[in-house]
Amino acid sequence: MIRSHDPGECEMTLLVQADFDGELDAAQAAALAAHRAECSICRAASESLERVRHALLEQAPYHRTPAALRARLAAQAGRPRAASAWAANWRRAAASFVAGGAIAAAVMLAIVPRGAPGLADQVFAGHLRALEPGHLEDVVSTDQHTVKPWFDGKLDFAPPVKNLAAEGFPLLGGRLDYLAGRRVAAMVYGRAKHVIDLYAWPEPGANAAPTVLERDGYTLIRWRQNGMALWAVSDVERSGLEDFVRRWHTAP
Amino acid sequence: MGNRMWSMGGEGGRDFESSVLPHLDAAYNLARWLMRDPTDADDILQEAVLRALTYYSSFRGDNARGWLLQIVRNTAYASMKLGRTLRTVPLATGDDATAAMPEPSDPGDDPERALLKARAHESVDRLLATLPAELREAIVLRELEELSYKEIAQITQAPIGTVMSRLWRARQLLAEAAQREAVP
Repeated sequence: MIRSHDPGECEMTLLVQADFDGELDAAQAAALAAHRAECSICRAASESLERVRHALLEQAPYHRTPAALRARLAAQAGRPRAASAWAANWRRAAASFVAGGAIAAAVMLAIVPRGAPGLADQVFAGHLRALEPGHLEDVVSTDQHTVKPWFDGKLDFAPPVKNLAAEGFPLLGGRLDYLAGRRVAAMVYGRAKHVIDLYAWPEPGANAAPTVLERDGYTLIRWRQNGMALWAVSDVERSGLEDFVRRWHTAP
Repeated sequence: MGNRMWSMGGEGGRDFESSVLPHLDAAYNLARWLMRDPTDADDILQEAVLRALTYYSSFRGDNARGWLLQIVRNTAYASMKLGRTLRTVPLATGDDATAAMPEPSDPGDDPERALLKARAHESVDRLLATLPAELREAIVLRELEELSYKEIAQITQAPIGTVMSRLWRARQLLAEAAQREAVP
């Protein structure tokens, strides 16, 4: 069963290695020790294994997670909690909003997407988080034929990647995000100096017309098209985002 | 993602932070040795943690470290595979000269022997960085992470016999440099 790497070497060398790695039981180890006493190849193999281990321990660095990355990942792991803290802030803000202008608040509540109360918060939070330096795109490309394959193997669905450069919304890249308890595709588009995030994930159901939600200068438009939930969020003016959605909707 | 394999009973009900995050260093170390570049390792770790978060609810095993390392490994391989398709020019910086593969010095040689010859004067750690990925990951998991053959076999999705021969080949390739350095 065990073959040595090189013809001419002792066929027991892999057992010498297993012994060295603590993988043999006492009986096997004893049998091997008896063999090694008579086999110079196996004795040399033992010494060589020891030298390699020593050299690796001396020289091969064990790379520990950089602090900044660790902090980012810990925050990512705690994201559901962070998102609900965000939502609580929003509830507080909405409450004062009601005190200040009941009509406006009523309008806002009316356009909160049904059935997904926390999701809009998460999408806003995801968009804001992505605007932090270096977080915007995981793959930077203005070509949908680069962005599309980048998503392959990272997602269990194929997001609809379209380039709207000719319409004034160039594709800047793509990114993975985590929303509604699943991984989603985030496509990043530019509009002058603004950024539009378009989130996409599969959602069964008939096509649904766009609904709009506005908050603190950010606009979110969501709709359903060809079995895909699509949420566009940006700080461009509302008419600009509506224009984007219209053009994206009809683009091939 | 191989959840069943890591199901050895126990550890039910622990949250992600306390069961998976303690193994971040192991995950980063593997990502770093596989990708050989700090920025790439960051990206891989970030994506692997995202995947782990996504699949954690269906993880029922008691070896969260092995489970996470397998995700890191699969993520890194997917990225390397994609990189081969997309990149026409290797992204080598000055510090990253080790990433370049040596030219075979003799067409009659097998690739590993050729590599050994080309790298005859490299130090052990730089030589390790030039090993083929499947040899590199085996030796990193064994010598730096001190995992058992069985765990390495699970993480790398290879039979134990294959793990043993990969370790052996990796150590053979490193042995000459180690000996050279042991003798001043």
